[in-house]
Amino acid sequence: MKNNRKWPAVYLALIFIILYAPIFYLIFYSFNSGGTMYQFEGFTLDWYRELFADTRLLIIVLNTVIIALLSAAISTIIGVAGALAIAYARKRRVKNTLLSLNNVLIVSPDVIIGASFLILFTMIGLKLGFVSVLLAHIAFSVPIVVLMVLPKIEEMSTSMIYAAMDLGASRLDVLTKVILPYITPGVFAGFFMALTYSLDDFAVTFFVTGNGFTTLSVEIYSLARRGVSLNINALSALLFLFTIILVTGYYFITKRNEKPNGMGVRQ
Amino acid sequence: MRTNSRNFYLIPYVLWIALFVVTPLLLVLYYSFFDIEGHLTLENYRKFFTPVYLKMTLSSFWYAFIITLFSLLIAYPTAYLLTKTKHKQLWLLLIILPSWINLLLKAYAFLGIFGTYGAANSFLEAVGIGGRQILFTDFSFIFVSVYIFLPFMILPIFNSLDELNPTLLDASNDLGGSSWVTFKRVIFPLTLDGVKAGCQIVFIPALSLFMLTRLIAGNRVITLGTAIEQHFLVTQDWGMGSTIAVFLIIAMVLIMVLTGRRKRGIL
Repeated sequence: MKNNRKWPAVYLALIFIILYAPIFYLIFYSFNSGGTMYQFEGFTLDWYRELFADTRLLIIVLNTVIIALLSAAISTIIGVAGALAIAYARKRRVKNTLLSLNNVLIVSPDVIIGASFLILFTMIGLKLGFVSVLLAHIAFSVPIVVLMVLPKIEEMSTSMIYAAMDLGASRLDVLTKVILPYITPGVFAGFFMALTYSLDDFAVTFFVTGNGFTTLSVEIYSLARRGVSLNINALSALLFLFTIILVTGYYFITKRNEKPNGMGVRQ
Repeated sequence: MRTNSRNFYLIPYVLWIALFVVTPLLLVLYYSFFDIEGHLTLENYRKFFTPVYLKMTLSSFWYAFIITLFSLLIAYPTAYLLTKTKHKQLWLLLIILPSWINLLLKAYAFLGIFGTYGAANSFLEAVGIGGRQILFTDFSFIFVSVYIFLPFMILPIFNSLDELNPTLLDASNDLGGSSWVTFKRVIFPLTLDGVKAGCQIVFIPALSLFMLTRLIAGNRVITLGTAIEQHFLVTQDWGMGSTIAVFLIIAMVLIMVLTGRRKRGIL
């Protein structure tokens, strides 16, 4: 076993190369002055220029970000309420039922979520577009937030709540001054997860978006079906950068999550 | 006091569950009993059991099975080797990072790599095999699917390997177990939960892929997901789409039961 210690490193390196190759391939060709993804003719920033001049695409990016931020914020509020409801459910059966129902949307394939939401929105007469996409994104982000927040609430000792109540804290005080500060890392983790879920979603959005409204994923899909165009590459390079920033932020938050007594944690 | 505040948290959450979890599923079931003209009928279910749909279901399961199998075969050693690295959490994060890049962009990258003049073909020609059609084949479909699902398979296996008590391996060693016996009798059985969770996370979405089938497989592969999307958005036959969705949900529930309850917090 020990005499061939090189192979593990080679295997891991290969996996990393394969995982990152497509991403760097995209970024590399975003600087190609030729219009294709196979012949590198020369360095250019034209595709980026074209990207920033494309108002329609910029509006789509803006839509995507607005949907993501709004849906993450709203689903965080509902999710925290849900986590509190599950944590404080006294009957075991109620708790398990809530948890199972919570997980339905996590395990369901996107296609089914999309199709069933399409039926739902059509039934209640909602016009497909911004609102339907927003509602769908809130709906599938809530269970993620619940799962991120729930462990934090459960590890919190109930004696803290009783102590606060004994000292005369109102119900609102208990929530805002005791519970929420304690579960903040979980709430942030949930918010970030919801944000990335929303930014990343294609299938559900594809079903519930109407003619006038698109998000980035749906737009890339229709562009990609028409063939290669290098401003998608430029766009992906920017998105990759953005993702790295987001992940780094998320990483530090979960780091803080692991060490609740670390320095600099606001209490 | 506790009872009141609990009920208060329940309101938004239960509303969300009722509107976005229970209602959509019931609506799918309801619509599956209507044909394209809106008559109440069992025709859709009869149609599902004709060779066309049964063959599609079977091939959908077959592709999902192959994708899951390859993901597992590649992911297990990767996860194992990752647990042996020094900064394993950081390496794990780097493995997970590509999964945060928009799915559509990764699929789009493969259009370039697998294209007629793409990197894969240049490589094949360079090593003397010669170029060939890669895009729009079963191979490219399975490759890209495995590529996309790989991080989701690695994560749960990594977690269960990480929790493994190393003294058990020492014990197996001391008792004369070879490394293969140790793996077969100790490591693998103890990490079975992670493997099951990984298979669940991969198999269910693999059954319902639909944009990859269009972009990468060039409509040659039709999965249950593709069929649902087709019925809902192209032919507008919501009834038949819902019927397929009902079967997909049944399949999903069966898989969940077979692979056991998923541990919380694995996502």
